[in-house]
Amino acid sequence: MTTLNTWLMDPNPKSRLQSRAAQTWLTWLRFRRNPLAMIGLIISLALIFMSIFAPLLAPYDPITQSLADRLQPPLTPGHWMGTDDFGRDIWSRILFGSRITLYIVLLVILTAPIVGLIIGTVAGYFGGWVDAVLMRITDIFLAFPKLILALALVAVLGPGMVNAVLAIALTSWPPYARVARAETLTVRNSDYIAATRLQGASATRLIWGHIMPMCLPSVIIRVTLDMAGVILTAAGLGFLGLGVQPPLPEWGLMISAGRKFLFEQWWVATMPGLAIFIVSLGFNLLGDGLRDVLDPRSAGK
Amino acid sequence: MAELSDTPAHTPAALRFLKQTANTLLSLLITFTGLLAVTFVIARIVPIDPVMSIIGERATDVQIAAVRAKLGLDDPLWQQFAIYVNDVFHGDLGLSIRTRDPVLSEIGRYFPATLELSTLGILIGILIGIPAGVLGATKPGSFRDQIVRLIGLMGYSMPVFWLGLMGLLLFYGHLGWVGGPGRLDSVYDMMYDMKVTPITHMILIDTALAGEWDMFRNALSHIILPASILGYLSMAYISRMTRSFMMNELGQEYITTARVKGMPERRVIWVHAMRNVAVPLITVIALSYANLLEGAVLTETIFAWPGLGRYITDALLVADMPAVLGGTIVVGAVYIGINMFSDFLYRLADPRAK
Repeated sequence: MTTLNTWLMDPNPKSRLQSRAAQTWLTWLRFRRNPLAMIGLIISLALIFMSIFAPLLAPYDPITQSLADRLQPPLTPGHWMGTDDFGRDIWSRILFGSRITLYIVLLVILTAPIVGLIIGTVAGYFGGWVDAVLMRITDIFLAFPKLILALALVAVLGPGMVNAVLAIALTSWPPYARVARAETLTVRNSDYIAATRLQGASATRLIWGHIMPMCLPSVIIRVTLDMAGVILTAAGLGFLGLGVQPPLPEWGLMISAGRKFLFEQWWVATMPGLAIFIVSLGFNLLGDGLRDVLDPRSAGK
Repeated sequence: MAELSDTPAHTPAALRFLKQTANTLLSLLITFTGLLAVTFVIARIVPIDPVMSIIGERATDVQIAAVRAKLGLDDPLWQQFAIYVNDVFHGDLGLSIRTRDPVLSEIGRYFPATLELSTLGILIGILIGIPAGVLGATKPGSFRDQIVRLIGLMGYSMPVFWLGLMGLLLFYGHLGWVGGPGRLDSVYDMMYDMKVTPITHMILIDTALAGEWDMFRNALSHIILPASILGYLSMAYISRMTRSFMMNELGQEYITTARVKGMPERRVIWVHAMRNVAVPLITVIALSYANLLEGAVLTETIFAWPGLGRYITDALLVADMPAVLGGTIVVGAVYIGINMFSDFLYRLADPRAK
């Protein structure tokens, strides 16, 4: 442990790997000092843990109905979160629902930021009319309220998880394009870009290998801050019956099912909402903390 | 000096202002047309055949061709788009499939309810958000700063429809402090049409104008919960931005000067610093106002609020596409309008902004 520590703290790193590891370690040390951010990290890790081990953790099957046990209140033996109107254990459904949530988030953050990154760097690098056209398109998509556009898209594509993901991704790329373009403009005229260009690198190579990596930190911060939004939009679509379809245990869908007997059996709608709330709060705290350590502009505050 | 004379800084201020306004209007026009292009594309990929929905499935080929020609579906795509844009600019958003009424006039009936709800929401958001942000900024890192920050982050993380349900459960179901879903109790609902002349279609204003104070109080008890929930959402954003603007401003030298002169801290913050914080805050408030329209969609479903959001979601459930897209266009247009208006106010308020 001490040797690892000295290796990390070595003021004269001997390899690229060592200096990178040292950088990451220092960032981690700064991140660790922020208790709220640590809570966010723990919640996010817990979500991943829950979704991986859902079959082992869940006491019941999330879909099999058991009408004899319907609408049991919380703290009933065997059902500490209670059961829903089909007698399904809510805790088990929340555990399996975490898989759906994580799946949607992953699909969106693997598509939208990449599309935005490509559009933003291309616009920023080439400038001129390319920039004007691409940024105008970005502005048009930004001019739509996200949820409304997603609603309209799902309305024509038909409800379902894939279409919900598509609708969310189509509405969330513009901010990434903005961020990536701004970053590109700041590095476009640097000497190292000019040097690489003089060595004969093509535009594709310059953008892919030398500009995009510079945009990554800001994009990553944006991604963590956006994840909560993605969860909320997905849950909203599910709640309106336009996202994931029953009997899958999607959290928004579970809330909408519990709405029918909100005043008599409050727990059916309350529990999945708490899950959404805790998970998005976790992502928001994490994103906030990451921004504090990664973004030099907010470091001083 | 002669070289400088043709820079924009030396053209008369009025002319510059006019030019900027013209530019703003032009970009507004382009953005709006782009928005229409998006809804046009969405309308084209609908799996419902518009011809079949008009004449039914047993029509002959000749009839189908005739209807296609009448609807302009055989024209080139750009021409169809031009007609579509022209229609929208003339206020024609098509007919609702459900009711066979023009979509625009239907939206006109639903929109005031949304406007009333979100305006009250943003007022609540401003009244709580700005002082909360100032509280955080004056003692950064302190316990109360962390609390303000946490409350704000919680607002970002809360699914609005769930918050609405929880609010109903607690304040309506258990405590009985507020009215339930809808704009009025059913007793008043029946009296409403007889006693109140709809002037603004906003229930608080109309009942007040009619002097029906019982009804006004009842309407207030119904609107206060959904408005507070929307207010909480906007408060989260407003307090966060106020905090960061205010902290930035409090580090400036003129603030130190004012403090050294012995000016009371309250005056330093609320008069000196606030005047400069207010300018960027205009944009923030406008933005969160526009975002409330979005939050209103889900809130209105929960509270059975007869507004634009509910109009859109109801139309969605019966696949009434003209109504959905019409609603989308109107929300988009309002959204763009608010953004442009805030730009305009920003330029008016801050002489440095060019």
